Amino acid sequence: MTVQAPPREVAPPTRASSPAASGAHDWTLGRVVRLILLLVLALYFALPLVWMLLAPSKTDSQLVARNPYAFGSFANYATAWKHLLLFNDREIYRWIINSIWYSGATVVISVATAVPAGYALAATRIRGRQVILMATLISMITPAAARVLPLFLEINAVGLTDTAWSVILPSSFFPFGVYLAFVYFSTSLPRDVLDAARIDGSSESQLFSRIALPLAKPLVGLVSFFSFLGGWNDYFLPFVMLTSDRKYNLPVGLAALISGSPGINPGSTASNLPIARPEVALAGMVVVAPVAVAFIMTQKYVVSGILAGASKE
Amino acid sequence: MTSSLRRRDGSRAGYLFVLPYVVLLAIFGIGPSIYAIYISLINTKTLKFAGISNYRDVLTDFRFVPALVHVLIYVAIWLPLMLVMVLALALILHARPGRLSASMRVIYYLPSAITGSANVLIWLFIMDPSLGPFKWILQLFGWKYRSDSLAPSHLPAIYAVMAFTLGCGSWIVIMYGALQNISTELLESARMDGANAVQLAWYLKLPLMGKYVSYMLILMIAGGLQLFVEPQLVYSLAKAGSPWWSLNQLAYYLGFQETNLGAASALSVLLLILGIGGALLVILRTKFFSTEVPR
Repeated sequence: MTVQAPPREVAPPTRASSPAASGAHDWTLGRVVRLILLLVLALYFALPLVWMLLAPSKTDSQLVARNPYAFGSFANYATAWKHLLLFNDREIYRWIINSIWYSGATVVISVATAVPAGYALAATRIRGRQVILMATLISMITPAAARVLPLFLEINAVGLTDTAWSVILPSSFFPFGVYLAFVYFSTSLPRDVLDAARIDGSSESQLFSRIALPLAKPLVGLVSFFSFLGGWNDYFLPFVMLTSDRKYNLPVGLAALISGSPGINPGSTASNLPIARPEVALAGMVVVAPVAVAFIMTQKYVVSGILAGASKE
Repeated sequence: MTSSLRRRDGSRAGYLFVLPYVVLLAIFGIGPSIYAIYISLINTKTLKFAGISNYRDVLTDFRFVPALVHVLIYVAIWLPLMLVMVLALALILHARPGRLSASMRVIYYLPSAITGSANVLIWLFIMDPSLGPFKWILQLFGWKYRSDSLAPSHLPAIYAVMAFTLGCGSWIVIMYGALQNISTELLESARMDGANAVQLAWYLKLPLMGKYVSYMLILMIAGGLQLFVEPQLVYSLAKAGSPWWSLNQLAYYLGFQETNLGAASALSVLLLILGIGGALLVILRTKFFSTEVPR
């Protein structure tokens, strides 16, 4: 399911100060219960990821026989990877390249269209900005899954299905990024500064490139992150648009690889490849790894709530 | 824009800045919906106006009611689970901001980054009582094989827990941000009056979250009905459920397997109306988003 990246309230970057009134504290029952509750939930959210990291280190029979969190050997990662390569003569490389190309192009186009658009909506008085903003909001909040089949019908009508652009262009339409940029520039770009620069004779493109853009680094980072997340993980849209397996992105390709192998369904006879459960877990890791890297790079902005997504009361 | 007496306000360059996005908006935001409405109203073989016959076909299809019931049960389990957990956790984390609270928010947010097929893969392992990360817990229920844990009657609850795991962290981040907007003087004076952490949360913070809760509920209902990737992949990878388990799956099946584009668009339009309806409700009723940001 495609969860739309949520808007966030403009929160003042609060210092991590504990409430002043509750100074020195002993370990009360309430605090212990709170700590246990938080840690149990942390285990619930984190353990499946730890498990997936460890699973390919074991052979298929070790996976069943040994403790789920036991470590096998590094050699098994290499063996599992070799097995994944056997599918259609290293087709997984093709999917990785496709995924990088689709999501890379999506990030570039969505940032290049969303950031200037958000700037124009915030800093200039163009006609129709209310209409554009309203349409942006509606598209942003409408679940992405609701638009996939209509998109297919449209792209199909012009005969562009099964092309890279049938995935890249629709994903590059990124209303959330536009709204984010709009709020960002509205709140962080004082109108007086712009007016003063105009009086000094700066052109509009100079205003954008010399004043607005340098201020917008965190914004560009966030829009890129969410756009990459959406593009890299997307399954529904490429699944519907792409029919030839050489054009698949990684998520669609891996689903095809796994559904034809005994990996998830022991006893399936659809293929004789040695794609078993360690291979499937490794495949999952391959999809997750870049997202994890992007997440670690941006988590400071994402989790802190600095990100402005809505107006303050 | 002909008047040269107008104060220069950047509008000419503004049009250029906004143009590429407006093109995308027209083609991929608005276009598909209009085209889907058109297809849903014609007979795709004769290309003649067909009135509501496509809609009638879908609504009377024998698979429609089961799919609707499935997603409704799913939403009915998911909604209260999310609401209670997100509010409780946000309040608990906010009661004592600090390093622990910050690192917990990062960990809870982690699963949000893994969506789509990788998430389903992980869950097929989680639901495996013979080797998954929580196999001991599944075994407590007496389940031995994945076919036991993925029994048809369990599916709505499983998808609800999957969606909860995926979305909980990002909603906590939003609610936490909302809590940070509560004025510190207000909290401080309540503390002076002797309110403890639980009383603060229950009597003061929670009532102030109303707007966010309604926002969250509307988005969840509109989004929950669109369920597609999870049941589709669980069916194709683990053969649990059916190719028309959810409404969006049925729309996909009608369009692709039965090449009945008219019926598929009719169902898509109905789902789209639910989605847009929810969006409009959020925009107009919660005052959450504005097209005019105060400076």
